[in-house]
Amino acid sequence: MVTAEQVWAALAEVPDPEIPVISLVDLGVVRDVAVDGDRVTIEFTPTFLGCPALDAMRVRMDEAVRSLGGDPDVRVVLDDSWSTDRITPAGRAKLREAGFAPPAPREAGEPTLVQLQTGAFRCPYCGSSDTHLENLFGPTPCRSIRYCDACKQPFEQFKTI
Amino acid sequence: MSARAPSRTDALLAAADDELILGWRDSEWTGIAPSLEEDVAFSSIAQNEIGHARALYELAARETGGDADALAFDRRPADYCCCPLVELRRLDWADTIARHWLYETADAVRIEALAASDWPELAGLARKIQREEAYHRLHADMWVDRLAGGEERARLGGALESTWLYALGVLDGQLRERFRERVAARLPWFEAAGEPGVEHTRGTHTAELEPLWDEMTMVRRSVPGAQW
Repeated sequence: MVTAEQVWAALAEVPDPEIPVISLVDLGVVRDVAVDGDRVTIEFTPTFLGCPALDAMRVRMDEAVRSLGGDPDVRVVLDDSWSTDRITPAGRAKLREAGFAPPAPREAGEPTLVQLQTGAFRCPYCGSSDTHLENLFGPTPCRSIRYCDACKQPFEQFKTI
Repeated sequence: MSARAPSRTDALLAAADDELILGWRDSEWTGIAPSLEEDVAFSSIAQNEIGHARALYELAARETGGDADALAFDRRPADYCCCPLVELRRLDWADTIARHWLYETADAVRIEALAASDWPELAGLARKIQREEAYHRLHADMWVDRLAGGEERARLGGALESTWLYALGVLDGQLRERFRERVAARLPWFEAAGEPGVEHTRGTHTAELEPLWDEMTMVRRSVPGAQW
């Protein structure tokens, strides 16, 4: 008999397909796990709607549940219940270690250009806030490109969403 | 079939078709945009727009008992509900930026309205789309600010003028007027006047839709029922 704790523990080992240093649980995209006998229902929210890793995530969660002997039902929830504020403190630390600047906390409103163009963003390599925005967009929908003027290193900034 | 008013699905399909077709148009800059940054930006925006279309089609399909892929790819060009603005093939960068900014500004008005819907799934999805679109608007605003300052303004102004009536055709009624007010407030030097004709307004299609549709659906039509 599978327990919800076992499922959470297994999902905590499932890496994000695009940023494998962080797990799906660290990323905060698993909204709920419900167990009824062998049936394991997982609700999860994609980071971005156009995220190409969506199907890969679903398949890996399926496999994780099956490896515990459960019968998975992974449901994608398409609403705004996920935000980058759901990334766990451990997840943020792992992002920083891997050279990704974690997202700034989501404030009441939408991000503004003034905000993004200030030095409020720290370089994950040297910690300097002497950084500037290079491109709002990056290699995946969830990332922007910034440049550190202190250590002369470009880096990826997780978008606040 | 649901007892819900059909107009709700219509609004959903109009938004989905706009995002799909514009996403396709934006993706045409992949590899050939004027700079690497813009290549990345337009490719990423295209990916987001198509992601929004997919989510909207899925919601529409759940409502009507259909299939999201069938909605996206199995209709004839005449049966799409996209507005003429998104169909236009813009080969000039100024025209592309003008369309991008006008569409994002109009789309923001529409998404706000959808986010206030009393259909909870649609409102929740619209709120998620809103957060992603915020970055598209920042990008479009950045470009308009950059081009509105010096001698580039004449070129941007010309591009806005040739696109403007199509942009008015994205929305109707109160939403159209709200859009017009936002354009006037943001670009006081641009005359946001006039009324769109039938050829600019949702419900008609430009001659540019059919070649796009032909290319977009070619693979799916070549092997019907294939699983990818």
